[in-house]
Amino acid sequence: MTLAPDSFSFVADLVRRRSAIQLEAGKEYLVESRLLPLARAAGTVDIDAYIRTMRASAAPAVLEAVVEALTTNETSWFRDAQPFATLTEHVVPELLAGRLGGGPLRIWSAACSTGQEPYSIAMTLADLVPGGRLKIHATDLNQQVLARARAGRYSQLEVNRGLPVTMLVKHFARIGVDWEVAAPLRAAVTFAQHNLLDVPPMGGPFDVVFLRNVLIYFDLATKRDVLRRVQRVVRPGGYLLLGAAETTIGIDDDWERVTVGRGSVYRLNVRRAA
Amino acid sequence: MRALVIDDSRTMRRIIVGVLRSLGFDTLEAGDGREALDVLESGIPVDLACIDWNMPVMNGLEFVLAVRENRAWRGLTLMMVTTESEHNQIVRALAAGAHEYVIKPFTPDAIRDKLQLLGLVELEESA
Repeated sequence: MTLAPDSFSFVADLVRRRSAIQLEAGKEYLVESRLLPLARAAGTVDIDAYIRTMRASAAPAVLEAVVEALTTNETSWFRDAQPFATLTEHVVPELLAGRLGGGPLRIWSAACSTGQEPYSIAMTLADLVPGGRLKIHATDLNQQVLARARAGRYSQLEVNRGLPVTMLVKHFARIGVDWEVAAPLRAAVTFAQHNLLDVPPMGGPFDVVFLRNVLIYFDLATKRDVLRRVQRVVRPGGYLLLGAAETTIGIDDDWERVTVGRGSVYRLNVRRAA
Repeated sequence: MRALVIDDSRTMRRIIVGVLRSLGFDTLEAGDGREALDVLESGIPVDLACIDWNMPVMNGLEFVLAVRENRAWRGLTLMMVTTESEHNQIVRALAAGAHEYVIKPFTPDAIRDKLQLLGLVELEESA
């Protein structure tokens, strides 16, 4: 997927006029990753087609949504905090206790964007799961964001967003003006391109799936379809972590909601084991 | 919650004060570490200090060390807000007793994120 130059310049010009934020050449990945949820909501994953339609209609609400998508809500580390607390306080201790001396803990970070989520998971579990036993498989539809995620290199502005300073000094090295994720953490994470509407990814079965702030952009039938595909690669008794505004309730009854502290996780019913 | 913003640049103080006020903090300002200690010594309760590193009279690191030596100020949360961005400088500040560290330049969201980590701002879950 490569954004056409005129699509990019249209969006860059729109954002500059409305927000004064400059999207220089090379930021095509940002436009693609931020607009993908909007395009999905409009029924396509073709960003160029989405932008063409937007240009033709020039609907004020759509233009506003595009500007907002590109100017707010940067990907941050440990986004929402609660899922990571739930992971260390409840999910992983239970999984490890149930599998003494067993194989690796496999986690799928779906729609991982530029990698902050999978690396945050790796940092969270670095002291809890013995080295080599943590396998995080991170996927996204967009090749450009995956390339950035794989590089594991972040700007000063990016490491300021929600990353505790103790994690910064422990898990990152300063490279020029950027910060790079240290090798032990990178060794725990693999990246691959994947569309949630295709067959589930390799690397499973997974003990835990992070699928956060993705379902909200889909209609009910598509949510159900995605959840069915996800459960095919989750171990019975495995966990699904969704965004704060998302649930499986009323969509897929094979998941049971478990309340942990202020948050919820969804456990795949063992009954379903087939 | 009350925050003390310590920076020798008036412009930078104004920016940080603006962010903190939008998050519901009352704010006080000091132009260097010595002025900031004067504020603390006056007995005004302060919950958070946002501290620049390079300042005249008393720099931010010296201020952090001075705060750490006084048991009465143990409840004060210390957050460096500075252009000092070398790995070893950050480690020095943490070793001295700083709790968090924001590297300039920053966005308002970066300050909010860090204050959420520190439990000084309510976590607001994003959709």
